[in-house]
Formats: sequence, C-alpha cells, structure tokens
Amino acid sequence: MKAHEYQARQLLADAGIPVPGGIVCDNADQAKAAFEKLAGEGATLCVVKAQVHAGGRGKGGGVKLVKTADDALEAAKTMMSKPLVTHQTGPEGVPVNKVMVAAGVDIAKEYYVSVTLDRARSRPVMIASAEGGVEIEKVAEENPGAILRQPIHPLMGMQPNQARTMAYQLGFTGQQVKQAAAILMKLATLFTKLDADLVEINPLIVTPPTDEHPDGQVLAIDAKVTFDDNALFRHKDIAEMFDPTETPASELKAKEFGLSYIKLDGTIGCLVNGAGLAMATMDIVKLHGAEPANFLDVGGSASEEAVTEAFRIILDDPNVRGVLVNIFGGIMQCDKIARAIVAAATNVGFKVPLVVRLEGTNVEPAREILEKAQSDIPTMQTATDLTDAARKITAAVPAEAA
Amino acid sequence: MSILVNSDTKVICQGITGSAGAFHTKGCLDYGTKMVGGVTPGKGGLKDDNGLPIFDTVSAAVEGTGANATMIFVPPPFAGDAILEAAEAGIEVIVAVTEGIPVADMVRVKAALADYPGVNLIGPNCPGVISPAESDPCKIGIMPGYIHMPKSKASTGKAVGIISRSGTLTYEAVWQCSERGIGQTTCIGIGGDPVKGLNFIELMDMFQADDETDGIMMIGEIGGTDEENAAAHIKANITKPVAAFIAGRTAPPGKRMGHAGAIISGGQGTADSKIKALTDAGIAVAESPADMGDAMSRALGLG
Repeated sequence: MKAHEYQARQLLADAGIPVPGGIVCDNADQAKAAFEKLAGEGATLCVVKAQVHAGGRGKGGGVKLVKTADDALEAAKTMMSKPLVTHQTGPEGVPVNKVMVAAGVDIAKEYYVSVTLDRARSRPVMIASAEGGVEIEKVAEENPGAILRQPIHPLMGMQPNQARTMAYQLGFTGQQVKQAAAILMKLATLFTKLDADLVEINPLIVTPPTDEHPDGQVLAIDAKVTFDDNALFRHKDIAEMFDPTETPASELKAKEFGLSYIKLDGTIGCLVNGAGLAMATMDIVKLHGAEPANFLDVGGSASEEAVTEAFRIILDDPNVRGVLVNIFGGIMQCDKIARAIVAAATNVGFKVPLVVRLEGTNVEPAREILEKAQSDIPTMQTATDLTDAARKITAAVPAEAA
Repeated sequence: MSILVNSDTKVICQGITGSAGAFHTKGCLDYGTKMVGGVTPGKGGLKDDNGLPIFDTVSAAVEGTGANATMIFVPPPFAGDAILEAAEAGIEVIVAVTEGIPVADMVRVKAALADYPGVNLIGPNCPGVISPAESDPCKIGIMPGYIHMPKSKASTGKAVGIISRSGTLTYEAVWQCSERGIGQTTCIGIGGDPVKGLNFIELMDMFQADDETDGIMMIGEIGGTDEENAAAHIKANITKPVAAFIAGRTAPPGKRMGHAGAIISGGQGTADSKIKALTDAGIAVAESPADMGDAMSRALGLG
C-alpha cells in the first residue's frame, strides 16, 4: 500500500525528521489560504503539489511553483479539474483529490536516501546517494558508483557508526554530519516501526549557510512510503490511510472477494489459480499473438461465488473479446470451477468465446459438468493442454479485435 | 534417493485443528506420508479425525512422536513464532505453507535461524515438498500427489528434481514431466515471498549431490535476483542438466502479481534479465510454459 506525499511527510515529521511545513488542501480555496498562512510565516515562494501515488508528477503538470495566493488558487484549481497523466499512470490518468502547498526552500545541495528490503541478504538496506533530486534508478544505471549501500542488521537495527560513516561518505561536513546521521538513524527505525516496503527521502537537502546556521540545515523535502500489505493487520492507523480512488474499481471489487486481479490493456481475459500459473498463462497468450486483459489468481480456496464474481469482473471489462480459463487443481477443485462457469453463464452470460482448460484434482466430474452445459454455453470450447488452450482462444478471437 | 524428505521422515502438522491443517494432514496421510501428530496449543491430549495425537507444544510432539519434520498452517500473525518453535524443538525440515506473513517477521526469523544450522526451512507461502516413491513416499504440503511419478515408474528411466517459486505452475511442470515419462526425485516449492528459507542455490547443490537425480528443473518468476544468482551458481558448480522457465514476461512493472515477491521494481527483477542470465549460463530455458517438459527432455538428452 502506498501513502501520499503529505502522509509520508507527516510520518517522517512524527519520527523527528525535520520536514518543512506543508499544508494539505481539499480544494483551491484552501490552497489560497494555505499560501497566505505560509506567506505570513515568511515564505515568498510556495510549491503546489498534486497528491497522487504515481511518480513523474512534475512533468505531468502536478507540481507548480507559485508566488502569490491567487497563483496558488489557480494552480490548485487546474490540477484538481482533471485527471493527472504521468508516465506511470497510463493515458486515463488518476484523479487529483488533494494538493499540498509547501513553502519553497532554498537548496544548496540535494541527496537521496531510502531504506528498503535487500532480498538477496534477507535484511533491510539503506541506499543513499549524493546525486539527489533525480530518479535513483537512473543514477543506478548511469553512475552505479555514486550509490552507497549499508545493510542493516535485522535484530540490531542501524548502528550510529554506520549512519555517521554514511553521512561522511555522502560528503556532509561540519554541523551537517550530526544532523544527517540523526536523520539516517531515524529513517532506519521508521522503516521497521511502520513495517514498510520502502521509506524514501528524495531529495534530502542542505540549505545555504545563514548566520543562524553557518553550515546550513539538513531537511527532508519530498518523501515516499509504501507499506507491506501483509503487516497492515497490526497497523490500523496506516490501513486507514488507504486511498481507493487511484485503484480501478474492478481491482477493489476483486479484493473484496479475496481475488488477486490486475487489469491490463489486452483483449483476452484470463482466469487462473495460482500466481505463477496466472503469469505463465498471460505469457502464453502473448506468445500466440494476443494480449492478456488481466492477471487473475482466484487462489486455492475461493468459493464458487467468488469464482463467479471473477467471471463477472473479467466480462465487465469492455476490452475483453475472449476468456481463457486455466486451472491446475491442487487445493482448488476443478469441479468447483466448472460449476462456477455454469453459474456465470446463467448469471452473467458468455457472449464472447470461452476456452476452458482443466487439469488436476476432481477433473473428471468437472469435465462431466461442462459436457452437460455445453449446449447452454455455445461459445465454450475445452482444451487439453496449455498450447491447445492458447491456440483455441487466439483463433476464436478475431485478429483485428486482438 | 531423494533430498530433504524420504521414507524415514516423520511429520507433524502445526495448526492441525484448523480447516486447512486438518484437510491437508489427511491428504498427506492418504498419499503415504508418515504423519505422526499435530500441534494446537490448548488441545494437547486430544486426537484428530485420523486418530493422530495432538500436542500443546512442538517440543512435546517431538518427544511423544519422534517427529523430524513439520508442516505449518498457523495463521500469518503467529506463523513466524511457529517456525521458531519448531526450530527450537529440534525439527529439521520446516515447511511453512502459510501465506501472508509480514516480511519483517520473516527477516527476523531468518536471522534467528542462523542459530540452528541443521534446520531447513521451506517457504513460507509455498506448496511444500514431495518425494514420490513406489513405497513410503513422502509429501509435506498441499500439492496433488497423484501427478508425481517415482523414478521406478518412469518410462525414460530418468528422474529430476524440481525447484519452483510457484505452486500451481510447479504442478504444471511436474505433470508435463510425468506425461513424458520423466520421474521426479523431489519437488520443492520454495515459495512466493521475498524472504524465505531454502533458495534455488542450496537446493541445486543438494540435487547435484543426490545420485538418483538425473537433472534439475527450476521455475522462477519476476521479482528479485534469485534466478540471476542461481544462473551464476549453476554455471560454476552444477554439472547435471538444468532446464528452466521464468513466468511473468508480460507482467507490467510496479504491479505485484499475486505473490508478495513477484514485482518488478526499480528496473530490477524482469523476466528478460532472468532469461538472459540463465541462457548465458547454458541453461535450456523453455520459451512457453507449455514447453517445460520438453525443455527438460532435451536437457536430459532424450530428444
């Protein structure tokens, strides 16, 4: 689960990491008031930022610098009037329901720092770079030497010497070192405390020297936090941060029924048990020249009702021109799927071609059920194996539709 | 022979009185596994529907039955603790079937397991392990037993070891091998989570050392770099024929494809990168999931 920027900044601030004030707004009038408040505190320049999960907001028009309260109002109004399209959202974009107004901060230098899981070492790792403010993936690709990695002991947590060393290696000097090391320590602790997948500050900045801060101040400007969905049961407060508006309605519906569904752009709807087999089924559809309309894992213990709902979700997708069912029964019993197909035929109706491939537990009774139902479901064909199934569904769906 | 589990393996089920635990305990018994008991705190002294003794703790179950393996169906919030309880009680093979354990729990559990070098953890979020055999087969987990074929019944006279991050895709691979007369010594689902017990590399070494195993099939998927690491290891250390398949060529980045570990993030973990690493290491990678059996056949020199 992803947090919005304003939520992530709050989590960082709560952990004692210095984050310049930002005000989250539900409408343009609030954005105007927010500017006035920040201006009253001395800000001469503010930034209005669309609160969406997708990256690439700046290029998509979701980040605007403003110098007056009226400009803030206009910027917020424009952003919230239409979906925001970035390279991560797809062409339909995502709705902007909130914007954040933050005081502009003078920046002397930008850094990157995050904590995530190092899968190969089965422990958290802190990743940092003195090349901040840009996409870290790009830095990793173009200048891998500019990225520092510090594994964090699973039981000990980050040690002060590690944070200090990293601060020096990043090039912090004077009073900055202590400030930066403290932030790194707090970020590592926060990762564990939140059961996070990722906590990221990009950029972490140093402000130009002033009389009050001759070495500048180290501040977190933008933050990103994503959570381990499996751990949300012990973080009720975090679970409440979930914003359903950026998730397609079909995916929310699927979740309700315990189905794992992801909408894609193709025309062949796929209903499969098991995540690996579901991916493999998408792959074989593609190998046969068509594009999958979705990933759908019904899981091992889905009820007949849930499987029927799965068919409804697939068939509700207007792009779907054909449906491929691929079940290898283990815990899932094939006859349950067969009954769900019959129920879906009655309750939803298969107007598009349907190819069913069943193997495994209770496959014989399942085949009998489908044989009996064949006359009622004229668009249905059965397949003997994966290749046969992929061939039949791609042959049944006209090429121009695929 | 087989690896990890065999006719001497005595198995308990942690969470035996839950619906999944009870169902699969029966399934394992029916297959021929030496199920010897189960654990549910507060139900010690009772028996399950199969007449197996139930214990309050794993240590009591080990003492009472001589169990050396366990199959865990404990719900996610308590499953990490259940793994550690089994390790502490001296269980050697721990199969954690439970799906949905918080990653942070597994990070800590894995670190703590360093104190128990003799323990082999399989999973979590996995179908388990199976060693088919004509007499005394052993299945610990949720896979359908009947699709598996012991070497003694394989028409090609060959048997392979299968290692997979997926459940049902493993069944598909096993079925395709069995259809082609290729038996299996042991099949292990290592699980779909980012932090897990045994991984490709350790199991490759076990299969390499097992005289009965003629070849190895590995089934990977998007996410992480385990397949890339395995490819390098195979190239340097494994002399037996290896075939592979990687699921998720069509998966979009940034989306978690069912498994907690199956996600392309930060440009890492793509199917293409894994396929390239395996191909570069000289491993036969099946283009299509329908060709896993054929790829294994070819790797074994069966034409």
